[in-house]
This record gives sequence, C-alpha cells and structure tokens, in this order.
Amino acid sequence: MVQERTLPQFQAPPAQISPEDGLVLYEDMVLGRYFEDKCAEMYYRGKMFGFVHLYNGQEAVSSGVIKSLRADDYVCSTYRDHVHALSSGVPAKNVMAELFGKETGCSKGRGGSMHLFSSEHNLLGGFAFIGEGIPVALGAAFQSRYRRDALGDASADQVTACFFGDGTSNNGQFFECLNMAALWKLPILFVVENNKWAIGMAHERATSQPEIYKKASVFGMPGVEVDGMDVMAVRAVAQEAIARARAGEGPTLIECLTYRFRGHSLADPDELRSKAEKETWLARDPIKRFEAYLLEHNLADEGALKEVRDRIQTRIDDALTFAEDSPEPSPDDLYKYIFAED
Amino acid sequence: MAETLLFNALREAIDEEMGRDNTVFVLGEDVGVYGGSYKVTKDLYDKYGELRVLDTPIAENSFTGMAVGAAMTGLRPIIEGMNMGFLLLAFNQIANNAGMLRYTSGGNFKIPMVIRGPGGVGRQLGAEHSQRLEAYFQAVPGLKIVACSTPYNAKGLLKAAIRDDNPVLFFEHVLLYNLKEDLPNHEYIVPLDKAEIVRPGKDVTILTYSRMRHHVMQAVKGLEKKGIDPEVIDLISLKPLDFDTIGPSIQKTHRVIIVEECMKTGGIGAEIIASINDRYFDELDAPVVRLSSQDIPTPYNGKLETLTIVQPKQIEAAVENMVALKV
Ligand SMILES: Cc1ncc(C[n+]2csc(CCOP(=O)(O)OP(=O)(O)O)c2C)c(N)n1
Repeated sequence: MVQERTLPQFQAPPAQISPEDGLVLYEDMVLGRYFEDKCAEMYYRGKMFGFVHLYNGQEAVSSGVIKSLRADDYVCSTYRDHVHALSSGVPAKNVMAELFGKETGCSKGRGGSMHLFSSEHNLLGGFAFIGEGIPVALGAAFQSRYRRDALGDASADQVTACFFGDGTSNNGQFFECLNMAALWKLPILFVVENNKWAIGMAHERATSQPEIYKKASVFGMPGVEVDGMDVMAVRAVAQEAIARARAGEGPTLIECLTYRFRGHSLADPDELRSKAEKETWLARDPIKRFEAYLLEHNLADEGALKEVRDRIQTRIDDALTFAEDSPEPSPDDLYKYIFAED
Repeated sequence: MAETLLFNALREAIDEEMGRDNTVFVLGEDVGVYGGSYKVTKDLYDKYGELRVLDTPIAENSFTGMAVGAAMTGLRPIIEGMNMGFLLLAFNQIANNAGMLRYTSGGNFKIPMVIRGPGGVGRQLGAEHSQRLEAYFQAVPGLKIVACSTPYNAKGLLKAAIRDDNPVLFFEHVLLYNLKEDLPNHEYIVPLDKAEIVRPGKDVTILTYSRMRHHVMQAVKGLEKKGIDPEVIDLISLKPLDFDTIGPSIQKTHRVIIVEECMKTGGIGAEIIASINDRYFDELDAPVVRLSSQDIPTPYNGKLETLTIVQPKQIEAAVENMVALKV
C-alpha cells in the first residue's frame, strides 16, 4: 500500500476571523451536514431517487471557498453538488424540492441531484459526467475577462470557483482547461476535492503523480495544497486565490485534502475503504474541529453554536415540508424548457 | 448587388453581427491570426482584437464547453470547428451541455451559441475529414440544425443563427465555399426553420439539402428536357424539419424522393420517411425513395469516393422511374 500522505500543517500566524464571519462559516457547514443527513434518511425511506452523492466530511471545502466569494461570483460544481448549491445561497427548500423532483426545485424538477442550477445565484451546475463542468466554468471566467478587457467594463471582476474530485484530475478536460486558464489569465479557482477515492478507485492507483497541486507548476500557475478538513485553512488559501484572480493575475489550482464520510453515493456499499482509514478521517471532522477553534479563540460560546444548530435543524425540517408539499411539474409542461423560447 | 463567394458571405454575416452586438465572439483553432482554414474569419482578428476572435488550443471538447459557459453567462459565442468532424471530440459538451442544459436546469439558463464549420464529403480528403455529422446530432434534444447551400442563404441563416437564443449547429460544405452569387446590398435574415422551395413543380417532390441541392438541380436540367416537372425543396433546417413546406408539396405531388449526402442508416432521410409515414401516408402514390451515401467510411480513392455519394445521373433515373409508375 502507498503510504498515507502527510497532511500539510496549517501555518501560523492564525488567520483572523470576526465572530460574525466565524458563525457564518459554522452555520454553512452545519447546514451542509444536516441537509445531507436528511437526504440519506429520505433516500433510505424511498422518498428520494436516483444517484445521490453526499458531501459529508467535505464541508470545510465548500464553506471555505464559496463563503469567501461575492454574490456575483460564479460557482460550478459536479454531481456532488448539494452543498455547493447551499453555500452559494440557493435556499435549502429549493434544493430539497429538486431532489424530490418537484416544480419548486431549483431546476424545476428537471435536473435532480446531479443537475442543480440557479441563475439567480450564479450556480452553473450540476454535471453528471466527471470533468464536464470544468470547461463550462472556464467559459464563465472567460466571460468576466471578456467584459472587462474586450468591452471595457471595469466592474467585471467576477471570479469563478470550479469544483471537482481527484479522480477527475486524471481527465483530459482538466489539463486542457488549466492550459487555457493560465494562457489567458482567467479569473478562476480550480478546486480539487481530493477525498482519496473515485468510487472504488484509490487515488494512488489511478494517478502517476498523486500530489495534484504540483500539476499547476507546468502551466506556470500557482498550485497549493491545503488541509481540506480545516475551514480556516481553506478559507485562507481561497481568499488569496480570489484576490489574485480578481486583480487579473489569473488562475490558481487548490488541492484540498479531504474525505467523504459516506459511500460514493447512497447506492454504494462502501466496502473497500478500511475501518482504520475511515476512523482516522472521522476523527478530523471539520465541523467538530471548527467548533473547537471557535470556542478556543472565544469567537463563540457553546450556547451560540447550539443556537445555530437548532436554527439549521428547523430550516431543514421546513425544507422537507416544503419539498413534500410542493407540486410535481405539470405533464402539460413536458416539452417546456427545451428551447429558449419555452 | 455584389457578387460574393460563400465563404465571404459567411464572413460578412459574422462581421455584421459582431458589429451590432459586442457580446458576439468567435473562437476556435486558427480563427484569429490565421483567419480560419477557409478564411471565414479573415481580418476579423485585426478588427475586433484577440478576445473577440479567440485562437484556441487544439482542445475541442474543452473550448466547446467553454463556449457553453460563456453563453450561460451572457455572451454569444460562435465556434468554428476547423472541420466539423473534429467536433466528435466535443460530442459531450454539444450533447450534454449545449443541447440539454436548458432543460436540465429547468429553464435557468439559455445557451445562445453557434457551432459552425466545414463538413461533408470533399475531394479525396479521406474518411475522417469527409464526415456527415448531421445524423449523429439529430437525436440530441435542444439543438437546432441547419445546413446552408448558397451564398445568399449562408449569410442570412448565419445571421439568424447568431441571433438565436439556442445552440445552433450550422453546417457548411467544404465544396461550396467558392460558390458565387449576387447578394443584396441591404441587410437580410433567413429564418432557421424554413425550407426553401428551390423549384416549384408538380410531378414529384425532391427533398434535399446542402451540396446535394446542386446535384439535384443538375439532374433537373435533364428531367426538364424529358418533360418532367419536379418540385425541389432544400430543407435548410434539418432540425426541426419544416413540414409546413414539405407537407403541402406532398399533397400536391404525392411522390417523394430524398437526396442526401448523409449515411443511409439512421440518417436524416430515415427520419423524414418515418415522419412522412406518420403524417402523410395516405397522400403517397408510391413508397418514398431515398438516395443516400453509402454506409461506409468515405474512401480516399477518387473513383470510390464518387461512388459513395449520390450523383446527378442516379437522381435523374430515380425520378424518371418514379414518375413512370402509374397509379
Ligand atoms: C465521464 C464519466 N465517466 C465515468 C463516470 C462514473 N463516475 C461517477 S463519479 C466517478 C468517480 C469520480 O471521482 P472523483 O473525481 O474523485 O470525485 P468524488 O466522487 O470523489 O467526489 C466515476 C468514475 C462519470 N460520472 N463520468
């Protein structure tokens, strides 16, 4: 077996965060976790269908990156997209309704778990094929540069965050797009969520150079490795990369070392990952870790954290009620949305 | 009126649309500095700059996806496929994203983009550069597919395609780029979804498109001498098919011949026959005849290549046969 990769240490001096921002991050991570737990419950109760890929364990990545973006920035996700959508501000009720296939879903029940979209929140997908979203994200980043430099709109400094997995980093689109992003200095963050596994394929068995962030160097692009279980660390590298992108200095490849606590999808028996491996990573739960951080730095007390958890629990319950009570799309609208005129 | 070559008609369409709407941009391999393999974007790089006429690396799937992302976020990309065959490498982005994403997003996003470039069987270009891709793409929901055939319709259709809010696959034919025609001096648009009655007639309806329109018209010369009066329809739109034009023609002639460059199996003609059976079976006096290319990779050898595609003499003979059938 390949040796366990040494995790990077979060460098001192510790990043600064206000109590308010701390609670925003905490709330977002808890929202992601509770939402996914509810999905699992609904799936096993036969209320949710299809392939459902949960994000448990990876919350520090979504919250650390997306909560560092502005509302007018873009997010492009994968099939593991629920939590990216939530961090982007898509209301939980509309995400839940989508998973129930309802008309009130963020994709009007036409997309499902792997195809979450919201033009209002600049969420560009939701793509079921691996790597498919990377070029699309590149296009959004190109669009920002085009507006700024071809149309002379100085306010066009939007950044695009593009998420994908370690398995996806072996796909041609990854390399093609890194090349173009660097070539044209596009304002984009390539965020690899290296959770060590691609379904049942261990990262080390698929990848000649397992340290993905190093692949940036051949494109002359900054590549950084970060502890993806530490939201403060992710936030710090994201903020730096966003500032660089916004200033017109081009893309960054960020490799977040993280772990998914559940199987690949809810249909995956998850038989390959060893108990020891899972326990090691469960012990690094990003939410528990951040709780400890907040308490230790006197940014919040236990009461405030509990208040957040209770509030989120209520929001998830409301989302579920909303999804269950929402209407299905009308059969009359079967052909709606094929063309722009519809 | 000015005499214009087809490639220049396309160029004028792009130039005019880039001039009136600054969100329109071109991307593809060698479209910029080089001016495009068939010179359709000649000099536009100097006029509009490197972001609006973007030379991409040779990475078809990725730059096509990039156009999808740009279209979703408010630009209007025109992709030039250096040869449309290369876009097989971009099938994923064309089908999954350009075609289907409006639907899967529940109407959240529009994808106004044009994918255009040379295709069809050229002169001994070998199999991979002589593809007829329209059949592969016709099954993809959410795409509009058009094929231009004259400088006049090339210009008007391309302008319409650029203004359309949907993804449009725009087929040009390598052997038609140097076709000449007098074009109007005023601006005009040709609708994407309308077939063109090239020659009205009463004896038989000939449905065709792209370069085969010209083979058909050559055949018509011989047929006229024999006193046969065919109606020739250039489909223009391969998806959706314009049954508002096709239908009345069938009701008039009761006989249909399809002439296409596409493969026979699973081709455009196959789809047309099925649709005619669905809608106009009772109008037919004879089974629909389809003259298609052979189901083979286009051979390099010139003689074999000629045998692969439908020739004017075959069209003439097929029409004669059909008209001779008495009911
Ligand atoms: C083009 C394509 N091939 C195969 C699949 C099947 N598939 C779905 S997820 C996956 C593994 C991807 O792993 P990774 O990129 O590491 O992301 P993770 O699931 O770990 O988040 C595979 C092979 C797919 N969705 N798309």
